[in-house]
Order: sequence, then C-alpha cells, then structure tokens
Amino acid sequence: MEAESRIAIESDADVVTARQRARELAGELELSSTDRTLLATAISEVARNITTYATRGEVTLRIVRDGDGRSGIEVLAVDNGPGIEDIERALQDGFTTGGGLGLGLPGARRLVDEFEIESAPRQGTKVRLVMWSRAADRGVRV
Amino acid sequence: MAVPILKQGPVLIASIQTALTDTDVLQLREDVMGQVTRHRSRGIIVDVTALDVMDSFVSRSLRGIAHMTRLRGAETVIVGIQPEVAFAMVQLGMQFEDVQTALDLEEGLALLQSQLKEPLAGGG
Repeated sequence: MEAESRIAIESDADVVTARQRARELAGELELSSTDRTLLATAISEVARNITTYATRGEVTLRIVRDGDGRSGIEVLAVDNGPGIEDIERALQDGFTTGGGLGLGLPGARRLVDEFEIESAPRQGTKVRLVMWSRAADRGVRV
Repeated sequence: MAVPILKQGPVLIASIQTALTDTDVLQLREDVMGQVTRHRSRGIIVDVTALDVMDSFVSRSLRGIAHMTRLRGAETVIVGIQPEVAFAMVQLGMQFEDVQTALDLEEGLALLQSQLKEPLAGGG
C-alpha cells in the first residue's frame, strides 16, 4: 500500500495527469472530498510553476504515515530550473515574475497541511507538500 | 474543439466536459470570442460543473473571458462551480467578485434573461 507515483512534468497535460494521479492515490486514504480537491489544486499550482519557470521537472506522490498512525499524501515537486531568487517574496500574494497572479506558491501553501520550499538561483526548486487524512486526527492541526 | 459551444438564441453555452489543460483553456477563450463576434451574442454561459479543480490559471482565464466578452457587449456567467472547488478558490486567494456566477445552467440562463430582457425588447 506504500504506493509511489512519479510523473514527469514537461507539458500542461502533465500538470493535469499529476493532479489526477493524486486523486487516485487519495482514494486509498480517507481524505475528504474537500481535502482531495485542495490537494489537487495545490499540485496544479506547483506543477505549473515547473512548466512556467523550469520547462521540465518531476512530481512524486507517495503515501506517508506519522508516528500516530495518521496517513497522508506527500508531494515532491522538483526541477532544475532557474530557482527562486527571493523565496520570501515568492511566498507573498501577488508577487510574480511569470505573468500570472502570483497566487501559485502562497496559494498552494494555504491549501495543504505542510509546505516546504528549497530553492536558490540556478539551483532549481524543490517544493514539498503534505495533506494529512483527518480520519485519525488527534484534534491537533497546525 | 475541446469545449463544445452551443448557440441558444442570443446566448452561447460552453459546456466544459472534462479536465482542461492550459492549452484547452486558451482555446476556449479564443473560441468564445470568435463565436460572440460571429453570432453577435449578448450572453455567454460557461458551465464548469465537470471541473474538479479550478486553479489560479483556469480561474484567471475564465475571469479574462468574462472581462473580454463584456468589452464586446456580452455578459458572461460562470455556472456550476462545485462546493469543494469554491472552497479551494477562496483558500487560494482568487478574486472572482467582478465575475457573474450562478448555481447551475438553469439559474445562469435565468440571470442572463433578466439582464438581456430590456435591451432586447428596446433594441431597434
């Protein structure tokens, strides 16, 4: 059941594939329909950032568990693109260098339970998202 | 055409059937603008019931369609935004206030009818 799914992101069709794959994987967990949609939307944002800024990269999806037996879906979106000069600014609403609305990264961060980003100029970008299942939630949610 | 567009009197109805790639969305925008001109349409309904995700790109593009058609004298109504999708759009921070929305196709048509009634009746 520790499924892992790797999707090469090279075109806008791959962005759709990545979020559909996440939905399938979410079907194995007790993720609510709303959480599945939030996760799919967040994946769409980070995967599009790959096609917009880095041309190509990869999204890896896998089921993860924490010490309390809670399960969730982890998303790694990785590229070797130009990287982000100022992560702080990239996480602010409305900041964009790609002609969009500047909601991609800050929006994705609001959609999921965990959000981490590593990037530096010319070093590529790595974004990690996690959406936890509420089923085994101990009532603590950050 | 990824999204079929039907003409019903002065109204165009674009029914999205399946998940859209960015290319499909841009194509839809072009098709709608083309058909508004060809049919001199006064209203457009874009039915997004089938969309399980409306990310910032799709939302921005639909908003763009609404703004562009308005500049051509036609009103756009987005219908069928699913509850989870609406939730995600709000979390994402999408501004959609200047776009007309309705619950479903029926409500959307009623909304357009009420708006088109006067100009259509008084038009010469």
